[in-house]
Amino acid sequence: MTKTINLTLKVWRQKGQKKKGRLETYKAVDISTDMSFLEMIDVINEQLTLEGKEPIAFDHDCREGICGMCGAVVNGRPHGPEKGTTLCQLHMRHFSNNDTIVIEPWRSRAFPVIKDLAVERSALDRMIQAGGFISVNTGGAQDANAIPVSQEAAELAMDAAACIGCGACVAACPNASAMLFLSAKVSQLALFPQGKPEAAKRAISMVREMDMLGFGNCTNETECEAECPKEISITNIARLNREFYKAGFFSAEK
Amino acid sequence: MNWLVNTLGSSIGKKLLMAITGLGFCSFLAGHLAGNLTIYWGKDAFNSYAAHLHSLGPIITMAELGLLFFALVHILTGTTLFYQNFKARPVRYSMNKSAGGRTIGSRTMPYTGFFLLIFIVFHLINFHFIDKTGTTIYQIVHSAFENIGYVVIYVIAMIIAAIHVSHGLWSAFQTIGANHVKYMPFIKVVSYVFSLIIVIGFGFLPVYLGYIA
Repeated sequence: MTKTINLTLKVWRQKGQKKKGRLETYKAVDISTDMSFLEMIDVINEQLTLEGKEPIAFDHDCREGICGMCGAVVNGRPHGPEKGTTLCQLHMRHFSNNDTIVIEPWRSRAFPVIKDLAVERSALDRMIQAGGFISVNTGGAQDANAIPVSQEAAELAMDAAACIGCGACVAACPNASAMLFLSAKVSQLALFPQGKPEAAKRAISMVREMDMLGFGNCTNETECEAECPKEISITNIARLNREFYKAGFFSAEK
Repeated sequence: MNWLVNTLGSSIGKKLLMAITGLGFCSFLAGHLAGNLTIYWGKDAFNSYAAHLHSLGPIITMAELGLLFFALVHILTGTTLFYQNFKARPVRYSMNKSAGGRTIGSRTMPYTGFFLLIFIVFHLINFHFIDKTGTTIYQIVHSAFENIGYVVIYVIAMIIAAIHVSHGLWSAFQTIGANHVKYMPFIKVVSYVFSLIIVIGFGFLPVYLGYIA
């Protein structure tokens, strides 16, 4: 037998970027605890559509926790209260009957609201673009292990590369800083010999781009690492700092 | 020199400035405390420590100017960071909840910092910019702490300083890039131990001078 619960939702509704938004209250009745959080919003949206009202806009794609499209702040926590979980993988069994749930979009100057819970996150893409390219040989595939990479470095790089770019770190940061995101993107390349020739240029231009986009400054609150659905560690931020100092003080790169 | 301004003016550069000046203040606190502990050896030991310190002459003036420069950098950079971080989230959340990353120290850094600035001015007026003719530093300090109000202010200030340092010390290591699997747990413990040393070491001195000595 499927267990069902009733909830009160307070959802941020905002018609457009320049419009003023506000929290609106909805009743969610007979919600199966086997549903994901996004499926619960789907149910509300069907109900709203039948009533002739505008459904709640929210970003989503794979619903498997790997694409990085979904995300909203649930009761003050990006992606909700479960550790290492995206919003689509958060199930309603983690809520109790008659709970009130406040749902808000990511809040950052660099992430303007498009509509309701959907925010513009191309600032993250712009930081990656600022990182430029890495040099790799083209042509026939070279022998495996022709360039030695230690197992440890490969694991650390893979941990950093697990970043899905959802923006929860920015949403969770009391300063709306994007340092965890940027540190993951810099680390996944800094740990490999392939990324070395462009390391200095990459660190400087990516940090410069981040500062221009209007994100806050990191003050080591460590909320990002606690909220990251991929549990990316702040040791990456220390690595980014080292990469930036190396580039800023010891390379010829300006 | 443009590269230097660009590097230090970036978000990471500003953190670096905070970290280096902050670590400077931590070392200063350690030295200051070591000197102050001579109070437990009595009036003469403390006065003689003060006399020896002042006999260093120009070295002391240089150190004072260095501290003043560090203070200016720390305060100006900190204020800039506070302002920029406040502006980075124009629409606030209606519900805030920590995932357990923040500490009392990290949460209150700008406010404890601002309080400490006011306290340092107060402290310097009390014991530094004071007419010392015909008296000794021990007498000045002793008579100040016979006033319960001073004791309360100083003890509270030391608690606030410890809260500030509990985040500041490990955070400075993270910022300079020294986050290492082997050392980070140790650095975090040292931050809390050092904060406790500040509260007990400095905080007990007014109580001792006012009520025991």
